[in-house]
Amino acid sequence: MKGLFKTRFIAVLSMLIVASLIVAGCGGPKSKRGRGGSANPGQSSDKVAAALATYVAPGDMDEYYLFYSGGHSGQVFVAGVPSMRHIATIPVFTPYPGTGYGFDDETKAMLGGYSWGDSHHPGFSETDGEYDGRWLFINDNAQGRIARIDLRDFKVKQIVSIPNISANHGSSFITPNSEYVTMATRMSVPFPEGTYADVTEYATKYQGILAGLKIHPKTGDLTLGWEILMPPFNYDLGDAGKGPSHGFMFWTCYNSEREFIEGGKLEITASQRDKDYIAMVDYREAEKAISAGKFKTVKGAKVIYPDKAKGVVYLIPLGKSPHGVDVSPDGRWIVGSGKLSPTTTVFDIEKIKKAIAEKDFEDEVDGIPVLTYNSVREAEIPVGLGPLHTQFDGRGNAYTSLFVESAVCKWKLPPYEDKSDMSSVILEKIPVAYNIGHLVTAEGDSKSPDGNYLVALNKLSKGRHLSVGPSIPESAQLIDISGDKMKLLYDAFTEPEPHYAVMIKADKIKTVEVYKKDDPYWHKNPNAIWSAEEARIERKGKNVEVWMLAVRSYFAPDVIRVNKGDTVKIHVTNIEQTRDELHGFAIDNYDINLVIDPGETKTVTFKANKSGVYAFYCTNFCSALHQEMQGYFLVK
Amino acid sequence: MKDIFQNLTNTLSKSMSMQSRILVLLAALMLIPTFFVPLWRMSFWAQQYPEGLELYIYSHNLIGGDDGNDLTEINVLNHYIGMAELNAEDFTELKWIPLIVGLLAVLTLRAAFIGTLGSIIDVIAISGYFALFSVWSFYYKLSSYGHNLDPKASVDVAPFTPPVFGHKMVGQFEVWSYPAFGSYLFAMFGLLLIAGFYFSFKKLNKK
Repeated sequence: MKGLFKTRFIAVLSMLIVASLIVAGCGGPKSKRGRGGSANPGQSSDKVAAALATYVAPGDMDEYYLFYSGGHSGQVFVAGVPSMRHIATIPVFTPYPGTGYGFDDETKAMLGGYSWGDSHHPGFSETDGEYDGRWLFINDNAQGRIARIDLRDFKVKQIVSIPNISANHGSSFITPNSEYVTMATRMSVPFPEGTYADVTEYATKYQGILAGLKIHPKTGDLTLGWEILMPPFNYDLGDAGKGPSHGFMFWTCYNSEREFIEGGKLEITASQRDKDYIAMVDYREAEKAISAGKFKTVKGAKVIYPDKAKGVVYLIPLGKSPHGVDVSPDGRWIVGSGKLSPTTTVFDIEKIKKAIAEKDFEDEVDGIPVLTYNSVREAEIPVGLGPLHTQFDGRGNAYTSLFVESAVCKWKLPPYEDKSDMSSVILEKIPVAYNIGHLVTAEGDSKSPDGNYLVALNKLSKGRHLSVGPSIPESAQLIDISGDKMKLLYDAFTEPEPHYAVMIKADKIKTVEVYKKDDPYWHKNPNAIWSAEEARIERKGKNVEVWMLAVRSYFAPDVIRVNKGDTVKIHVTNIEQTRDELHGFAIDNYDINLVIDPGETKTVTFKANKSGVYAFYCTNFCSALHQEMQGYFLVK
Repeated sequence: MKDIFQNLTNTLSKSMSMQSRILVLLAALMLIPTFFVPLWRMSFWAQQYPEGLELYIYSHNLIGGDDGNDLTEINVLNHYIGMAELNAEDFTELKWIPLIVGLLAVLTLRAAFIGTLGSIIDVIAISGYFALFSVWSFYYKLSSYGHNLDPKASVDVAPFTPPVFGHKMVGQFEVWSYPAFGSYLFAMFGLLLIAGFYFSFKKLNKK
């Protein structure tokens, strides 16, 4: 009996435990990211294999984010890889009514009065040489600016404009621990900025600037670290060193002829010399120069003069009119591509360091030592016509875009055993449609590229899609580089005009989809209101201030009465805490359209300069009674 | 017949075995965590809410999933059909249920230490009544929410009773309503009491 009792006693207890386990075992929803099981194309054609490799079923998600620069649209486009589906547009330098960007006071101030920008080269923040998914930086080639996008909410948080820079093209390249992001002058102008000097004085009065902006390790805030005054070349693309080249920054330069002859055509005058340069900055030396006081403050910027601060900058000769300079994942090989030379040149950072130590210089330009080409060059690779930009796969291979040839060339990085015939390191070429500029591999700028996907960013796409008239979009072609043979998988088309793009593993980005009322990450907006009781209108003289809330499906208050000539300030809080419940706030005929995300507060200030009665309404479809979400703005 | 009752009464007035006391004590302990875990869970699913909405009923509170936001969302949706806001303050159940659970725990402890077999029956009887009454009370409350809709609401729907147990379509939502962990603890409480009674009863009637 006693034994039986014990058995039952234990049975009761175990029931208890099992019950608790069942309840505790009810986990969260299963992640849908990823591509299900591997598809087996069997005997089917290449098209079927490509279709299966890029198909992301409804409800499934892509493996990678692709952030394209939007070129002179001033935006950043976000797509998924491998589907290549466009998911979102992040407005950066251009107002975008779709998200109300540039309409509220804060973003309007950030745009600084400009209505466009030319976004070129997105770059991710990095930790220990790996993309950390915190921020995306992007430069404006037109107004010499750089923007920081917070990847928690995919919104621009800061646009920085620095003095003396003209056409910031050699940007946004980031050092391995996000110490710095680069900026550089593409089109030299008289120095300091705002100075007048005729182009006939180009060689002496015009200057270029290379700059390093510090990235705050916690907030990502950008501040100018230093500027370096450079000869009047055109500074083009760049990259930051890593591993053995950590501490160095590289930029290509063209027009080392340093002239701009009126009517002489720069395309001719800048293509006379056989070699141009890579400008290489040792940023630790730049920091030392700054702390030793070896700089002049010009227009508020600490400017280093290379002839007065030796060791900060060097020039490395490189084949004619180069475009890209790219550092291999291990940081040892510096790959420069002269776009008018059919070769790509590989430099060895160890040889560069040795040449510097031994003062092995072949020339000097404006006090900047030029390293002896034959001492630092590892090899010249005959990649093909018009090489522009190189990316890597993490398996010792490099991929160089060939603009003139409309192809991607895959080649093997050093070390080489036999250098007698460099064409032997060319592994394969794949044609692209057409005229490729940049290319990007998955996590290609990090120290460990993933080596599976490559996107060719082509300038021309004629005849590859349904015709849309003469304003033809750009093309982005997805290429599988995981095997021995490159395989073209997919053609995607984008708005004008991606220059560079960057690709990051999707799970590295942790977004918020709602601004939670109490999330300490976001600063509290003092004008936020969270209940209808707080909604109010206050008048002080000719200033009318409104605290409004938006929630399905009404505004409170829904009537605003002002007098003509009043200055009106409206703070709208979307008090929703549910994802995808956005509200718009547009006032007809007043050129106002805010879009307020859940939990967000936006402010718009304007003059009531037109009398009459104007409707305001929710522009972002929110609910079954969205059409009823309206009010009146009455101007007496 | 009379003998049976006499016999039963005699048995009920007998004291419990040690094993039974342990089981009854364990039953009392089961009640402690019920204050901290939900008793009931309502899940709402619609095509445009793929992750669903959750509402947890605790002995003392109503808490929505997604850090409480699901309750706000349910209320936002309900305002279209003119249903009053679900608000913990308006549920008197959430005030008396914790009180009664506390009382039950005290009664159970009393039974475990100084009680007879009969006091287990007392606790079982009171608990059973309490459980049924609570469920009925919630049913009545939800039913009155679903039947007292604002006639001026933007969307007209026929009065309805949200499900208390099981599944029901409410508008575009599939709604499931089932006991949650706290209720399983109550069930365990009941089973331990019955087991406690059973072991002593069996032992006494063997002799």
